[in-house]
Amino acid sequence: MKFCSAMTAAMALPVTFAPKVAQALDEVKRPPLVWLEFQDCAGDTEALLRSANPTVGEIVLDILSVDYHETIMAAAGHQAEAALEKTIADYRGKYLCVVEGSIPMRDGGVYGCVGGKSHLERARQVCGGALATIAVGTCASFGGIPAAVPNPTGAVGVKEAVPGATVINLPGCPVNADNLTATVVHYLVFGKIPALDGHGRPLFAYGKRIHDNCERRPHFDAGQYVEQWGDDGHRKGFCLYRMGCKGPATFHNCPTQRYNDKTSWPVGSGHGCAGCSEPAFWDTMGPLYKRLPHVPGFGIEQTADKIGIGLAAGAATAFAVHGALNAIRRDKEPSDENREG
Amino acid sequence: MAKIVVDPITRIEGHLRIEAEIDNGRITDAWSSSTMFRGIEKILQGRDPRDAWFWTQRFCGVCTTVHSIASIRAVEDALRIKIPPNAQLIRNIIIGIQNVQDHVIHFYHLHALDWVDVTSALKADPAGTSALAASLSDWPNNSPTYFKSVQDRLKAFVASGRLGPFANAYWGHPAYKLPPEANLMATAHYLEALEWQKDVIRIHAILGSKNPHPQTFLVGGMSIPIDPDSQNALNADKLMEIKRLLKKAQDFVEKVYIPDLLAVASFYKEWAAIGGGVGNFLCYGEFPDAAGNQWLPQGAILGKDISQVLPVDQKKVAEYVDHSWFEYKNGPEKGLHPWDGESEARYSGPKPPYEYLDTDKKYSWVKAPRYDEKAMEVGPLARVLVAYASGHKEAKAAVDMVLNKLGVGPEALFSTLGRTGARGIDCLLVARQTPKWLDELIANIAKGDYRIHANEKWDPGEWPAEASGYGWHEAPRGALGHWIKIRDQKILNYQAVVPSTWNASPRDARGQRGPYEAALIGTPVADPAKPLEILRTVHSFDPCLACAVHVVDTAGNEVIRVKVS
Repeated sequence: MKFCSAMTAAMALPVTFAPKVAQALDEVKRPPLVWLEFQDCAGDTEALLRSANPTVGEIVLDILSVDYHETIMAAAGHQAEAALEKTIADYRGKYLCVVEGSIPMRDGGVYGCVGGKSHLERARQVCGGALATIAVGTCASFGGIPAAVPNPTGAVGVKEAVPGATVINLPGCPVNADNLTATVVHYLVFGKIPALDGHGRPLFAYGKRIHDNCERRPHFDAGQYVEQWGDDGHRKGFCLYRMGCKGPATFHNCPTQRYNDKTSWPVGSGHGCAGCSEPAFWDTMGPLYKRLPHVPGFGIEQTADKIGIGLAAGAATAFAVHGALNAIRRDKEPSDENREG
Repeated sequence: MAKIVVDPITRIEGHLRIEAEIDNGRITDAWSSSTMFRGIEKILQGRDPRDAWFWTQRFCGVCTTVHSIASIRAVEDALRIKIPPNAQLIRNIIIGIQNVQDHVIHFYHLHALDWVDVTSALKADPAGTSALAASLSDWPNNSPTYFKSVQDRLKAFVASGRLGPFANAYWGHPAYKLPPEANLMATAHYLEALEWQKDVIRIHAILGSKNPHPQTFLVGGMSIPIDPDSQNALNADKLMEIKRLLKKAQDFVEKVYIPDLLAVASFYKEWAAIGGGVGNFLCYGEFPDAAGNQWLPQGAILGKDISQVLPVDQKKVAEYVDHSWFEYKNGPEKGLHPWDGESEARYSGPKPPYEYLDTDKKYSWVKAPRYDEKAMEVGPLARVLVAYASGHKEAKAAVDMVLNKLGVGPEALFSTLGRTGARGIDCLLVARQTPKWLDELIANIAKGDYRIHANEKWDPGEWPAEASGYGWHEAPRGALGHWIKIRDQKILNYQAVVPSTWNASPRDARGQRGPYEAALIGTPVADPAKPLEILRTVHSFDPCLACAVHVVDTAGNEVIRVKVS
């Protein structure tokens, strides 16, 4: 029940929903899940290993049937491949797929292979037959770091590589594991995937800006800023905007959900938000310590799409010297076709 | 002769493929290939050097702090920045708990299933397991009731008919030798370690916001403020929580990990003569104090000769691409030092989907780094050997304890079992040492020293027009080096030579095999369709492949004079 209460909180539901979460989990007998790793760093897998409510032990033994996950599975080589083949054949249209890492499209996909097959081929085969694909982390959602200018391998997110698949994006570098489990439970409880924003992100986790829920927001409003690392204001918890915080342009529930059993989050440890859950953030939010040019004043009045376009325009100027505008332009296009619920 | 392929090698980070030739039940030759490439170092060019740690941290989500540390040290070296003592101590605590947590995860979750047959645990007598565990340590979870509850949970899981990540493994393989009672003990600790690791790594969250990918590093220091009178800074409450977690980490290592390691190893002593590898070892040293002296020494050991520890010279590092999918402007024969690295991705392997790689040609995205032209093994074994051979007091005591308990001599260290044992020794040493850095930090704060950052060179306007530097770090997997060149406040060139690049290296210009490849030769394989033994030796290195693959492109850039010796 502790887990169910935590999940209802993560999904931004009233606590009275906790019994319904518990009931839904009882009724569904360990739905099958396969976890694919492409151009990844295993950071999202590590985040899963740190998940507290439920713990990864509970997820693997009691809640889901994790039939394929290269980093933790006992089988290797062709026996591992056989486990994947069996699940996607036996549970066609019923299994959940989680993807970690981007998919390289250039040169016939030679920049990523497992078992001799390209990531693209595997993604089409596995994501195409899934009930839904959850893209965890910014790489699987939007291409992430491999897709940053000049994107040497033609890396893209899952939705772009497999346009026909039902994809839920859970960006962040890495994903907050609580948002992953909350997405799965949302489906089990309500029988449908959560409502998404224009970038395919569930509103329950990405509906508000970091800035709007930040514990340091009163200091922003009062004009109290950190000016130098370790100064008096830094020690007192003043606003990090002048040190490059990207919270005013970033949609994510970090301030409320936090990380590692709700221990902390970047701004909580004195470092600005990097904006890691936004599309193309590697190019549009950098440099890390440069302050955002235009921060709207008060209240929750901006949308993700408006802010994204403003940033992309700024970045286009910054990267014009690289002659690499295509990546930016692509990310400016809204991807509304995956809007559901 | 049969050629077998294991792809994917699971229970590692990244994408690794092993091809091996087997004759008369033994491996006669082997090829190690990484099959994924991203090109992050190329992406780094032109960006702010102060951001580099944030980017390079994403080389690998397992080595979550290590690239931050190496990167920041490289930039600080280039810009001649000296960080405050508190920042040094906070970094040591972060590095220390990373090492301890990572080794425990490796032993239980990535390596143990090569030695532990989980299905055999179902047949164990929980009272027997309890007696066995109690004979090894006074860990509280040693009762028959506890082991029975774990066994019941396992039985219910197996009865569901859905084995999830445990399906299709090599269960029942003749190379598994532990009695059911020991298998139950190890399986119970597999589950306990999962709980333990997520708790102790909260130290990273307290000091650095989150794990993986902490976000508190800064060129010049750390961003976690110190102020005992503030609720937004490192205060007494947070320091005591770290102290409690460090104690918890140390207890688990001393009372569970090390006893389990010795118990399991005692059944597999023949593996002390298998998997020796290249026999050359490289260690950069780690855990600097305020004066820059390292607690674990650096050094190189050649030809398994531990009577001599050679000094390390960064100029002797060079990378080759004769068997890697890259091209050098002036041909592949000459290795290039990281500052002068100039490589361009050129895939020439078979078109996917494929069955075999062209192993006589280029066959990996990993380059071949060499030290003074030699293939080197890096990692806990190298670290422990260099410390042991240098006469490091705590290291010598821990190594002798392990060798005595197993009844083997130092030559047993040069093996698959030795590598796995050295990881435990390394973990034990660091688990005992890290609380001391916390005590030093607390003592500093008590004296009123709250400094966490050297501000004077934060503004790029204070930097020289050109600078170059390197940063070294002993990551859990071994010697990690980042090399940077800065021009006009931007990254001109960036190169990381990471532990798994050394260990997973393919052949070089002279045909010298990399450490995985060399270690596999002679490994027995009872059943080529179930090559459990390949996993044992490859996993003993703790492969971590995403960060091993990188590219840097300096084509057309003039070479800058090396300013750092």
